[in-house]
Amino acid sequence: MKTFRIGGVHPAENKLSAGKPIVTAELPKQAVFPLSQHIGAPAVPCVAKGDMVKVGTKIADAGGFVSAPIFSSVSGKVNKIDSIVDASGYRKPAIFIDVIGDEWEESIDRSETLVKECDLEPKAIVEKIKNAGVVGMGGACFPCHVKLTPPPGAVPTCVIVNAVECEPYLTADHQLMLEHAEEILVGVTLVMKAVNVNKGYIGIENNKPDAIKLMTEKAAQYPNIEVVPLKVKYPQGGEKQLIDAVIGRQVPAPPALPVSVGAILQNVGTMYAIYQAVQKNMPLFQRVVTVTGKSLANPQNFMARMGTPMSQLIDACGGLPEDTGKVIGGGPMMGKALMNTEVPICKGSSGVLIMNMTEAKRAEADPCIRCAKCVSACPMGLEPFLLATCSAKGDWERVEKEDITSCIECGSCQFTCPSHRPMLDMIRLGKSTVMGIIRSRSVKK
Amino acid sequence: MDLILVAVIALGAIGLIAAVVLYVASKKFAVFEDPRIGQVAAVLPQANCGGCGYPGCSGFAGACVKAADAGSLEGKLCPVGGAPVMEKVAAILGLEAVASDPKVAVVRCNGSCENRPRVVQYDGAVSCRVAHATCGGETLCSFGCLGCGDCVKACQFGAIKMNPETGLPEVDADKCTACGACAKACPRGIIEIRLKGRVVKDNARRVWVSCVNKDKGALANKACAAACIGCGKCQKVCKKDAITIENNLAYIDPAKCIACGLCYNECPKKAIHASFTVPAPKPKPAPAEGAAAPAQQAAPKAAPAAEQQQQ
Amino acid sequence: MANKLIVSLSPHVHSGDSVQKNMYGVILALVPALLVSLCVFGMGAAIVMATSVAACVLFEWAITKYILKREKCTVCDGSAILTGLLLAFNLPSNLPLWIIIIGALVAIGVGKMTFGGLGCNPFNPALVGRIFLLISFPVQMTTWPVPGQLTSYVDAETMATPLSIMSRAIKSGDSTILNELPSSLDMFLGQSAGCLGEVSALALLLGLAWMLYKKIITWHIPVSILATVFVLGGIMHLANPVYANPVDQLLTGGLMLGAIYMATDYVTSPMNHKGQLIYGVCIGVLTIVIRSFGAYPEGMSFAIFIMNAFTPLINTYCKPKRFGEVAK
Repeated sequence: MKTFRIGGVHPAENKLSAGKPIVTAELPKQAVFPLSQHIGAPAVPCVAKGDMVKVGTKIADAGGFVSAPIFSSVSGKVNKIDSIVDASGYRKPAIFIDVIGDEWEESIDRSETLVKECDLEPKAIVEKIKNAGVVGMGGACFPCHVKLTPPPGAVPTCVIVNAVECEPYLTADHQLMLEHAEEILVGVTLVMKAVNVNKGYIGIENNKPDAIKLMTEKAAQYPNIEVVPLKVKYPQGGEKQLIDAVIGRQVPAPPALPVSVGAILQNVGTMYAIYQAVQKNMPLFQRVVTVTGKSLANPQNFMARMGTPMSQLIDACGGLPEDTGKVIGGGPMMGKALMNTEVPICKGSSGVLIMNMTEAKRAEADPCIRCAKCVSACPMGLEPFLLATCSAKGDWERVEKEDITSCIECGSCQFTCPSHRPMLDMIRLGKSTVMGIIRSRSVKK
Repeated sequence: MDLILVAVIALGAIGLIAAVVLYVASKKFAVFEDPRIGQVAAVLPQANCGGCGYPGCSGFAGACVKAADAGSLEGKLCPVGGAPVMEKVAAILGLEAVASDPKVAVVRCNGSCENRPRVVQYDGAVSCRVAHATCGGETLCSFGCLGCGDCVKACQFGAIKMNPETGLPEVDADKCTACGACAKACPRGIIEIRLKGRVVKDNARRVWVSCVNKDKGALANKACAAACIGCGKCQKVCKKDAITIENNLAYIDPAKCIACGLCYNECPKKAIHASFTVPAPKPKPAPAEGAAAPAQQAAPKAAPAAEQQQQ
Repeated sequence: MANKLIVSLSPHVHSGDSVQKNMYGVILALVPALLVSLCVFGMGAAIVMATSVAACVLFEWAITKYILKREKCTVCDGSAILTGLLLAFNLPSNLPLWIIIIGALVAIGVGKMTFGGLGCNPFNPALVGRIFLLISFPVQMTTWPVPGQLTSYVDAETMATPLSIMSRAIKSGDSTILNELPSSLDMFLGQSAGCLGEVSALALLLGLAWMLYKKIITWHIPVSILATVFVLGGIMHLANPVYANPVDQLLTGGLMLGAIYMATDYVTSPMNHKGQLIYGVCIGVLTIVIRSFGAYPEGMSFAIFIMNAFTPLINTYCKPKRFGEVAK
């Protein structure tokens, strides 16, 4: 069984919502669209207070090349352009739309029929994806068209679909594969055409045997697409780890991109969104969200419109339990703890995880006993204990020399630390500082 | 007897060879250093705080010598030693010291536990910079003090302490050397190095807006009972045009301020703080008028410093 | 809602591992050897172990509380118990109480707490105690009671250990002396003289298997030490039969105990697998060198001690292979 070569941990899977069919979430009363839902420049609003919008109407333009437009997921009236506390924990500008009815843009094909053929040129496909506001839906939200436009000199040789879902608890991608296998496969062919390669891999972890079976069956019609079952190990969904696991090549240290070893990586949710955008003219305004947690009455998978407040989905699962200690946007290993439950569903919201007080509280940190478990766990071959200590002391030169910029912030080190040290907190601090130093250095040159 | 002789000769020979090696090495690897650098470094406080902007005191000494060769010590200031040390440095280098007004660190947040109710609980590493990266903070105010004490750790002079009651840092103006380490350590730029202000009865008088919240008035008000809501009342009452309001936040220009206390009395949110007991409002604030002249004199020199803080 | 939500950076889950679990895991792994030593040395073993553990725990508690004045007491983490147990395992079962207590004081006081407590000590504390005693009380530390005297303590009859036989063979150059060695099976099961913990290789290997199974340690350090000793001992034996055969080298003295429990001490061993292999090989070489050419019959303690000192150097120059790093 294939897997990546260095490090890795095995968190308890807790896939509570596995096998639960995707339920269409109710429309919210008011939908909120933060303008920075992706990595890169925030989008620029192109509607004003009082404007009427339909489902699929563009409400904000991309703010640059590395950016993505935002589309309304509801029909109604723009209430205001104000700010809301988003997943980052800071107040950010956002568009508020009061929902009236459910009227869709006419251009969107709402039928269920599968459209396989596509006679668009590769460039036109990328353009369509770009104009539909598709971003990486695994959580990082990197604008999709940027990945599909490899830098000059780089030659992609294969497309790898990330269907690993290595985060504990989350089942959104799993369920999406079970219900929309065909659409995903068409999406893969579209991306393969767009970047002009003739090999596609779909990496699925072995804890989803039903998905592996179904996808392998369906993929039989597509001779160039191969389903690769992978051994369960976190962080297999990390882009570098997945490339290593699937094609056995390691992407060099930053600033090298995955395409430097010939791989174009996309999440399985992104593939579905690409299919919808290209074949059905449907811009990205809804996604599958897992709402889960041990204390939650009824964990479920939802097809939710963007801008729906998380509290509404939590209520649909039986309401926020009394002893809730933490609400996490995303999975438990890399998700962000939210300040309140009114945070809207965004393009990158793969899940909402509820933890009770005892689960949520971190244990008190003991002194480092130098057991080197973090070193064994680090999937990037780094020494987390050293990076954390040097970052805490502000020795930026040393941490840069120790390759802190290679850290993918997967959390394996802190997960495995017997002394419960907040290592990743300090490493993040060091990494962002070093990145800043490197940037200012290149500006000076 | 032979044994002793052998030992003496052997040790003597080793000593001789080592001496020759040392001599050659000291000549061959000698590094010339301007003797003035050592002299200047000797009068510096040797706190190596970096407040001057150079790596340690010897770095600053080197920079001073270089600047002196260029003709002027302008812009060079040891914030710890202040004017007396700079005078000594200037004397060594044969120049005149550039006078500078004493400064002090002020904390511009009034979000005590009472004023600013906590809405979430932070559970990460005890570091303001980590907390800053985690979220907006434990309260609804995403600009104010995070209370993890990075400034306390940064201070080499023990001049900042956390007040456990308010959860805010407090500066001991007597110990503070205005080196700026705390201001640099604060991820939210809450601490400002401000002019100490004119001295009245052994007490330096300064007035500042103790808030950095740039949210709109209603939001700021909701987050903190003592937040500046940008209402502009202080701006209207100020007779010296020292107050500007930008992004819903008032700022008092220390170069223009005469510490009359009018704004202090006017502020409806008590967001303006003063280092002295401000007399209750009178119909005619006579003492403020009289103090205007000396403060204005200091203004042009302090202006560049004020600009730096805003960067 | 009654509670305030907690915010912190990811990860939000933890493996549930803890310092206590690891320490008590090692202690549990020492249980087979502990039982064997009780069977072989009886009351003497019980007294030595009880004294050593009690003294170590007491010293750690007293130093944290009255000298370091720390509020959080670290006695519960199990590291002091482990140090005490390992120290006892490195002592003969007829050692007087006061020497054991001095050993515990040096182990905890000098070896551990002077550097700041758990995680800060450069040398394995139990080894510091053992080496201090070995140098200060060479006579008491090298007289070994004959196995099987279950009710005697300081008054037990003594005999030579296999190691001293081996050492005598080397010094006299007479390989027939080696015939006095007990059979390999006896040494494997624990029917020879020696320190408490080193008599039965079988019990120690059981502990190793448990620790590997529970992922408390990795195989790198013990295997590299044992393999090096075996290979190097084999070469020496083939070259000159006054050196004992490699199997006996492995089974005698504190080699197993050192390789499995002392050298693998988290705090004082290198932090990555490559470094751990270098460390293990060096310990193996040093052990054989000291056993064959040194003044002391046993080289394991000194070998580990010397390599502890090199651990920071190994950590500095031996880095794990970075992801995507191209081999030079």
